[in-house]
Amino acid sequence: MNTLEIKNLNVSIDGQAILKEFNLTVPKGEVHALMGPNGTGKSTLAKVMAGHEDYTVESGEILLDGVNILGEAPDVIAKAGLFLAFQYPLEIPGVSIANFIRASRQARLPEGEDINAVEYYKELYAKMDALQMDRKFTARSLNEGFSGGEKKRCEILQMSMLNPKYCVMDETDSGLDIDALRIVSEGVNMMRSEDRAFLIITHYQRLLDYIVPDVVHVMFDGRIVHSGDAELAKELESKGYDWVKEAFVTATA
Amino acid sequence: MPNTDTEIQNEAINVDTEKGNFKYPEDYAYDAGTGLTEDTIRYISNVKNEDPWILDFRLKALEIFEKKPMPTKWADKDLENIHFDKIRYYLSKGQVPARSWDDVPDDVKETFERLGIPEQERKFLAGVEAQFDSEASYSRMKEDLEKEGVIFVGSTEGLMKYPEIFKPYFGKVIPTSDNKFSALNSATFSGGSFIYVPKGVKLKQPLQAYFRINAENFGQFERTLIIADEGAEITYMEGCTAPKFETATLHSAVVELVALKGAKIQYITVQNWSSNVFNLVTKRGMADEGAEVKWIDCNIGSRLTMKYPGVVLKGKGARGEVLSIALANDGQHQDTGAKMMHLADNTTSNIISKSISIGKGRSTYRGQVHMPKHLKNCKNNTECDALLINTNSRTDTYPAITTRGENNTVQHEASVSKVSAEQIFYMMQRGLNEGEAMSLAVNGFVNELMKAFPMEYSVELKRLIDMEMEGSVG
Repeated sequence: MNTLEIKNLNVSIDGQAILKEFNLTVPKGEVHALMGPNGTGKSTLAKVMAGHEDYTVESGEILLDGVNILGEAPDVIAKAGLFLAFQYPLEIPGVSIANFIRASRQARLPEGEDINAVEYYKELYAKMDALQMDRKFTARSLNEGFSGGEKKRCEILQMSMLNPKYCVMDETDSGLDIDALRIVSEGVNMMRSEDRAFLIITHYQRLLDYIVPDVVHVMFDGRIVHSGDAELAKELESKGYDWVKEAFVTATA
Repeated sequence: MPNTDTEIQNEAINVDTEKGNFKYPEDYAYDAGTGLTEDTIRYISNVKNEDPWILDFRLKALEIFEKKPMPTKWADKDLENIHFDKIRYYLSKGQVPARSWDDVPDDVKETFERLGIPEQERKFLAGVEAQFDSEASYSRMKEDLEKEGVIFVGSTEGLMKYPEIFKPYFGKVIPTSDNKFSALNSATFSGGSFIYVPKGVKLKQPLQAYFRINAENFGQFERTLIIADEGAEITYMEGCTAPKFETATLHSAVVELVALKGAKIQYITVQNWSSNVFNLVTKRGMADEGAEVKWIDCNIGSRLTMKYPGVVLKGKGARGEVLSIALANDGQHQDTGAKMMHLADNTTSNIISKSISIGKGRSTYRGQVHMPKHLKNCKNNTECDALLINTNSRTDTYPAITTRGENNTVQHEASVSKVSAEQIFYMMQRGLNEGEAMSLAVNGFVNELMKAFPMEYSVELKRLIDMEMEGSVG
């Protein structure tokens, strides 16, 4: 309980195995980083956790607070408390940020209950201020014509407004300049709490200078091959992924 | 639980018309019987105590109707399924339109109450006419408007009581022979609104008409003529529903708008017919010097809608606009568009069409913009955007733009987009279910256009779209 637990997960797409006997446990209150070279299955893991239907789950479990969410629809998983910050957030023309987040919050309320609009906007504006987003953004169509940095800030805004228990962030640092990286990281750090866990998927170490993880996992060819503390990320940065391949994959093969 | 896409989509259609899907037992004092002959026309005219010239007008129209072929150029094969000999052309309870809802017969009153009409009237309307099958059951306008000389009556009453006002324009914007269905309407018309707004009078609140079909195998042929005198302004809204029947029902209206010098007419339609109704309507406005005619047209229901509101830009500096939204669900064909006839210098027209096709639903846009050679400084802007939801959907765009003058400009943009599975996944990841996500995407697609609508109608339209999208995903 009080953990995100992935057990013996095997996932394939078009007959090709992507995740192989994948295991991971992230307790609430902790931030875990998942690092690894491109094509190793990091983004697949994120999408499978969120319930994307393009992948074939061969076996395994994903437990949120002890309840298996594998096979549930994406909205059910979202309401169970899992939020995925997308690597490539989608554009939804004509739907404003304010209305989108509001609809998402409304979807979490029991039937017949309505959001208090005044309080909602107060909270929205406060969080936008913290992320240094112009308030005019509320009226803009979701992600439409946004720069890479704006899209990522908008993801963090949604994450903080929806109050998830488990946050999965897929390559949030890609496409961010150094200022945006700092702002986004501060947003995440403000959300860190005993009641919430983070799984930060990243290719590079630089995001972890700002969001210091409790545990770093190294993923290779569909599974975690090595775990350590924040220092591991720095080691990876200096030695490169070839080092991982030689030091851990060959050793365990 | 539905299993196939079709079943799920059928459910969606059922959801759509739920609000209007109820009927009361048929109890009519006047029934012209089934089929259309000269006797039918004489019967209708006789029941209405019409002057001989009106009967003559009808009989000539019947002749034209019988001679005219079905539209071939803009036709749909489904038109062959209309059996004119199986339709009932006039049904009424012999009522005089009541001025108070208390005087409306209970079943009719309950019908309109369930549709929310009296409530809307109290909230935001300047006047209401509620038509039940062939005749209006209720008609009332605020007293101060009557004092200002505004006339708001039914078609026969308008022609009989105010011939000096209405006769000069009746059948002039849309001649009887315009098409087979305008001829049919000219022969059988009953009900509808005849409105005159005197010089300089500007209505702050809209007038509304609600058209309700209650009887099966029935044809509703209301006739509307709105005249805005010089500098006058009016917004008119119409809504329509019918119960679901096994058999086809026909709705074939003719709407003529006349905007004299500097006048403004805005005509708003929210069509939510049930999926058995053939909705074949001819709508056209005439705009004099500096006048403006604007059609806002939403087609959500019906089996087949063929409707291309037009504006004849007759005077210098006249403006015409058609903003339309069409939603075609499984089994539906929304064949809609716009016509702009530029007949004077410095005239401008704007057409924005948004269509949504779901399942096997089909949307077609047909446009016609005409600018003859001798004109100067005319402008047209046409935008047609189609949104497809699932792979079976079909959309076609047939713009016909003829520009001959040297100083005239036309601009045409068309786009087709799809709601992608990734967009839906993204929205569902935030907690929306599939129907809610679809609905949000569709609302986003029409959002800009909906801002042009009066608030009450955009709220209603949003609600209808939400209902239509709920569970419409296979």
